[in-house]
Amino acid sequence: MTQQIDWRGADTLPDRREVLHLQGLPADVEPSLRVVEIFEAAADMYTEAAEPRALLADISREAFAEVFRGEGRNAPVTPIESVAARAGALALFVATVGARVTDRIRDLLAHNEPALAVMLDAVASAAADRLTRRLADRFDRAEDPASRSGLVTLGYSPGYCGWHVSGQRALFAYVGPDAIGVTLNESCLMHPLKSVSGVLAAGPADIHQFTPAWAFCADCRNRTCLTRMRQLPALERTG
Amino acid sequence: MSILSDIAVNLQRGEDEQVALLVRQALDDGLDAGVVLHEGLIAGMGVVGEQFREREIFLPDVLLAARAMYAGLGLLKPLLAHEGVPAAGTVVIGSVKGDLHDIGKNLVGIMLAGAGFEVIDLGNDVAAERFVDAACGHGASVIGLSALLTTTMPVMKEVVDLVRARGLQDRIKVIVGGAPVSEAWARQIGADAYGYDAASAVERIRALARTVA
Repeated sequence: MTQQIDWRGADTLPDRREVLHLQGLPADVEPSLRVVEIFEAAADMYTEAAEPRALLADISREAFAEVFRGEGRNAPVTPIESVAARAGALALFVATVGARVTDRIRDLLAHNEPALAVMLDAVASAAADRLTRRLADRFDRAEDPASRSGLVTLGYSPGYCGWHVSGQRALFAYVGPDAIGVTLNESCLMHPLKSVSGVLAAGPADIHQFTPAWAFCADCRNRTCLTRMRQLPALERTG
Repeated sequence: MSILSDIAVNLQRGEDEQVALLVRQALDDGLDAGVVLHEGLIAGMGVVGEQFREREIFLPDVLLAARAMYAGLGLLKPLLAHEGVPAAGTVVIGSVKGDLHDIGKNLVGIMLAGAGFEVIDLGNDVAAERFVDAACGHGASVIGLSALLTTTMPVMKEVVDLVRARGLQDRIKVIVGGAPVSEAWARQIGADAYGYDAASAVERIRALARTVA
């Protein structure tokens, strides 16, 4: 089953700390009043311009193995295969905050408003990441909540953890995100730019635990897997 | 405090309206536009860049300063052209073919402008030929390439190869940057430099421009 989810911009607005962190501000640094004002202006713009929506498509383990294989360009071994094999339920997703936000960012840059443009860009990036979490929460609550008790749902995306970005094509063929206005370019980048895609895997917390020591980890700058793994006990549902 | 120091200090604080006011006053007082640019705006942005490198301030503060710089630069530009004041150099920048991400590239452009460079921004999804043609057309000494994905990184090599194929390697230097790009990749494809972030890219470009000038 594939379902479409629409949100209001305000429902997906990230908090200030998250946005400022994306711009390099350490958590213990208090932003200046001017920076706070810029954040608030960007948050208002995001709330007005964002059109967040997503498609969430259930997928069997076997069908996911086929999608994951994609064009055969993945790393020889990845954590995602292991996660998927041990997951109780899987779903593919594509989500976007919409094209109007990106248009506003371009307009701001063209009008020499770099601080506001980059702040809005960071708000939109954090919001796009937040969509994955919102979808994971929804997936947790889907159909048979009792069967999901004690499970943790996390998302994994093409372009990360050894899943080659060309895998986007098979994922898009399965989900059909034209319906929410998301398309791929020849490099497998999504348009609108502030979009996310991947697989949600629900399972016991330990399926999401791994040591990030593969060859592809050396090229990864964000290392969000470490943060996610640290948070696993907190994410675990108690039913 | 002189009016030029005043301009620099207000720029560092991101006071765009005050910077515009002071620049106008400095010009009315008879100062040359080139002097106001170098000893006011560029001096101020130099301090901002230094504070950013030392992590005393952060990206939003730099961008507020950049906005203040634009406020002053808008007044100076017509006069600079009239006075024949040369820029620190001309740099062509863009995100490579297939890549739609441009915020990192934009940051480099903003900081280059703050350092006194003429910036020709080709936008995103730019083919190798366009980079080289634009560099030749604008007399640029440096091409700055940005990529966010490993799949688009090979276009960087196409640009380096094209510069060499046209025999321009002594006149045009190539610097690369972006999330998946590294110093090792820059060496591997024969690029002249690698910029880890916007601040280091400006430093490297400044050095590259000197080797060509």
